[in-house]
Amino acid sequence: MPKVKVPRKSTSVDMTAMTDVAFLLLTFFMLATQFKPEEAVTIDAPSSVAEVPLPDKDMMTITISDDSRVFFELQGQQYKEELIKKVADIKEELIKKVADIHKITFTPDQIKNFSLMSSFGVPLNNLGNLLNTKSADRAKFVQAGIPCDSLNNELAEWIWQSRLINNQVRVAIKGDQDANFPVVKQVIKTLQEKKVNRFNFITNMSTETVEK
Amino acid sequence: MAEIEGGGGGHKKGGKPKGKKMSTRVDFTPMVDLGFLLITFFMLTTSMNKPKTMEINMPVKDVTEEEKQKVKASQAITLLLAENDEIVYYFINETTGDPETPVITNFSKGGIRATLLNKNKELLVKANANNYDSIPVLKEMYRMNQITEDEMKKRISGIKANPNALIVVIKADDKAKYRNLVDILDEMLICNIGRYAIVDITPVEQDLIKTAMSLKPL
Repeated sequence: MPKVKVPRKSTSVDMTAMTDVAFLLLTFFMLATQFKPEEAVTIDAPSSVAEVPLPDKDMMTITISDDSRVFFELQGQQYKEELIKKVADIKEELIKKVADIHKITFTPDQIKNFSLMSSFGVPLNNLGNLLNTKSADRAKFVQAGIPCDSLNNELAEWIWQSRLINNQVRVAIKGDQDANFPVVKQVIKTLQEKKVNRFNFITNMSTETVEK
Repeated sequence: MAEIEGGGGGHKKGGKPKGKKMSTRVDFTPMVDLGFLLITFFMLTTSMNKPKTMEINMPVKDVTEEEKQKVKASQAITLLLAENDEIVYYFINETTGDPETPVITNFSKGGIRATLLNKNKELLVKANANNYDSIPVLKEMYRMNQITEDEMKKRISGIKANPNALIVVIKADDKAKYRNLVDILDEMLICNIGRYAIVDITPVEQDLIKTAMSLKPL
C-alpha cells in the first residue's frame, strides 16, 4: 500500500491576540501597582469593619510589633531630613544636660540614608549604626525598638519634632494584632502628652462578622 | 522560528531579477514570554487592598473636675478586656452606686454584641424612642427596600445622638492584646454606640477580673 502523505501544517500560531491581552494586563498592573515599602518588621494588622481608607500624604506611622517593639516613620523625604537634624540638635542638648560622653552628629550621608529609609526602631544612640548599614543588609540589623517609657521617651521627641516640622501631619498607629496592650497604652499616653488626641488605627478590611 | 520564506533561490534565466520576497511575519513568542513574565512580577508585588483606618478621638488630658461629664449610672456599662479574648462587663447599681456582679463574655456575635444591643434597646425603649436597631439590621432593611437610604442614615445618626443611649466605658487589662481593643471599637461601630471612652483600668477592676475568672465554671 502506498503511504498516504499527510499534508504538513504549519505549527506556528498567530500570537498577536495573545500579545495584546498580555500587554493590556501588564499595563494595568503597572499602573495599579504601588510597591510595598520595605518594612522593618512584618505586621499582621487586626481586621475591622472600618471603611475609611488611609490617607497617602502627611502621615506619621507608629508601628507596634507583636514583641512589643515600637517603630516610627514620618512620610516625605524633605521632612525626614529636617527631622533628623532637629532631633540630633535636641539630643545634643539633652546629652549636655546629662553629661553623657556619646555625642551625636550625623554626617550628610547618614542624613540622606535616613531620608530614604522607611520605618526604623532603634534608640537614638544606635541610630548612627543603623544608618551606616547598607540598605540591603538593613533587614538583618536587629532593631530594639524606640524607647517610649517614662524614663526615656524618645518616641515623644520624634512625635513632637515631626509635628513642628509638618503641622499637617496625622498620626496612625499600626499595631500587630498580638501586640500587648500595655505598649499600646504607653504609645497612646505619649501621644496624648504631646497633645495628639486624634489618631488612626490601621486595620485590614474584614467582612462583617468577626470570627472567633 | 522566525519565518523567512525560502523560495527565490537565484535568478531565473531570462526573467527580470526579482527582489527576494521576505515574509512580514515576526515571531511574537519571546515578546509574549516577556510580557507574561512582567505580568507575573507585577501581580506578585502589587498590594491591591489599601489599609483601612479607624479614627479615635481621645479626650484632652488635663480637664478640670467640673468639666468632666458625670455619667448616669443606669446608662453606663463598663467593659473590661481580659486575657484570652474574654470580656468582663458590669453595670453600676443605681441605688447603691456599687458595681453589680460582673459577667464574663467574649467577642462572638452572641456575646458582647448581643449584650450591647439589648441594653441599648432597653434604654432607648425606656426613653420612648422607637429607633434602636443595629447598623446591620438597618442595612438589611434598606436592602429589602423597607426603608430609604436617607431614612437609614437618619436612623443611624439618630441612635448615636440619642442622649438616653448606652455609654460604654472600655478598660483594657494589661494582659489584653491590641486586637481586643480594635475588636471592641469595631463593636461600637456595629452596635451604633456614639459615646464610648477608653479609660485606664484601676487595680480594683483588675481584681474584679481575677475573681470573675476564678468563679467561671469550667
